[in-house]
Amino acid sequence: MKRTSDLSELQSMARTVRRDIIEMIGAAKSGHPGGSLSAVEILVTLYFDVLKHDPANPAWPQRDRFILSKGHAAPVLYSVLAEAGYTPKDQLNTLRRIGSIYQGHPDRRFIPALETSTGSLGVGLSVGLGMAEAARLDRSPSRTYVVLGDGEIQEGQIWEAAMYAGFHKVDNICAILDNNRIQLDGWVKDIMGLDPLPEKWASFGWHVIEVDGHDIVALQAAFAEAEATKGKPSILIAHTVKGKGVSFMENNPKYHGVAPTKEEVELALKEIG
Amino acid sequence: MAARYELKMGAATREAFGKALVELGRADENVVVCDADLSKSTFTHLFGKEFPNRFFSCGIAEANMVSIGAGLAASGKIAFVASFSAFVLNKGFEQLRVNVAYSGVPLKVVGTHSGISIGEDGPSQMSVEDLSLACSLAGFTVFSPADEVAMFALVKAAAYHPGPVFIRAGRVKAPVIYGPEQEFVIGKGIQLTEGNDLTFISTGLLVAECLRAAETLAAEGIAARVIDLHTIKPLDRELIAKAAAETGCIVVAEEHLVDSGLGVRVAQVVGETHPCAMEFHGVNNTYAESGLPEEVMAKYKMTAADIVVTARKALARKKG
Repeated sequence: MKRTSDLSELQSMARTVRRDIIEMIGAAKSGHPGGSLSAVEILVTLYFDVLKHDPANPAWPQRDRFILSKGHAAPVLYSVLAEAGYTPKDQLNTLRRIGSIYQGHPDRRFIPALETSTGSLGVGLSVGLGMAEAARLDRSPSRTYVVLGDGEIQEGQIWEAAMYAGFHKVDNICAILDNNRIQLDGWVKDIMGLDPLPEKWASFGWHVIEVDGHDIVALQAAFAEAEATKGKPSILIAHTVKGKGVSFMENNPKYHGVAPTKEEVELALKEIG
Repeated sequence: MAARYELKMGAATREAFGKALVELGRADENVVVCDADLSKSTFTHLFGKEFPNRFFSCGIAEANMVSIGAGLAASGKIAFVASFSAFVLNKGFEQLRVNVAYSGVPLKVVGTHSGISIGEDGPSQMSVEDLSLACSLAGFTVFSPADEVAMFALVKAAAYHPGPVFIRAGRVKAPVIYGPEQEFVIGKGIQLTEGNDLTFISTGLLVAECLRAAETLAAEGIAARVIDLHTIKPLDRELIAKAAAETGCIVVAEEHLVDSGLGVRVAQVVGETHPCAMEFHGVNNTYAESGLPEEVMAKYKMTAADIVVTARKALARKKG
């Protein structure tokens, strides 16, 4: 699909991406559906509206950079990359198989259009900062977008990066926190609570925008606000639902890292429509 | 017979690194440097002073620094990150693995204050496992220059090497081994003396000690070959195999844990080519302590006289 700002086209793409996610994880019989489904509108809005990029020329120096720091949500990224024309759609269902370009976590050796390989939590924001600093040095308009998980920001390096970006006023980076409130072992609030979330980031010098992470229009406005904010890095705290779009996966910690059965795949696809 | 080396005292390899960076920076505006609040010790402050907009001060946050360096390098910059070896490798190891080695990013990583010769600051700052850690990163090239001349040349070689590189630097002044005309080729060791009775293979500060040990042995009519492996990875297999075949006796000396440093890597090559008597001289399963550098080096047996003792053991096994 080409870039568009049209809501119904983006919503339709979000449905397609949800179907892709369910089908590929179902075929792989392992993977992380919950955190992939929670990030669908975020990635669809970025890849099909906000990001300046060219699937025909992935090495374009002035492209915007995207990093999925929560690398276990690889299926949502693979779907948008395929739907955008970077990688073959007909191989999505080879996810996690030997030799597949769709590795368990995003692997740059197999998909050169990836800016970096991810899968180990807590490091992507810092890599994005390096890319943002390179763009500032080159006076390039390129912006860098990094999607973080809420559980992920329990990692200490996130706060080293937050401190650096705030202190050095890195305003060409935009972090998106997929705040789905669930991590592998259960609810974030029970394992290592993050409150007060907006205040934490604001105190590190970030411009904080709270947004419904499934409302594409709200996301479009939030990304525009982030880009217009100068002298500060921006973070979208995107309030999301883990497993969004599939009733039995929504808000269910089980589906952080468990694949749907064959029957569940059929049920889920019916619900998504 | 062993050629004579004057071994006049030169600059510390960390200082040569800092000066090489400045030259690189003058010649190529694509060169950028990150440091983590140790720039006066790593000598990156020289670069920072001349090119403040290309110098990224990351504060005391090595993990973040390594990842930022990876991002800069991934965006086409010739990026160097520097700190003490003990910090950049140990605190930045996960980032070196995932953001640099696995992601295939040509970041240049420099660890200063390596080995136990740093002296007074003590073991928390002494890196005795950096070669092991750096060599365990797939795709990395690892340098351990013996003097200022080697460091200067290898920093420049690293800058334009297409893959990631780790460079080991020391704190204390190092004796000068090489003349200004010496060529350094990545992955090619340098044979400093002729001899067929035994081979000393060494790296960094202990190369000079091996040259001194060879002189002691020469006085007794024992001809020792001395090889400087400035590149720890990839190893110069040909030079090692030739030494094993021609001398039948190898002593590896290093300012590093013997369990996991240059010695075991050399032994792997010897085992695969020409098995022979070997001895391993280094730090033995311990951490050193504070003291004047020369006191620490003496107490932990890093002097030429200590290396001679190890050589005699190896020679006895060769005969036996």
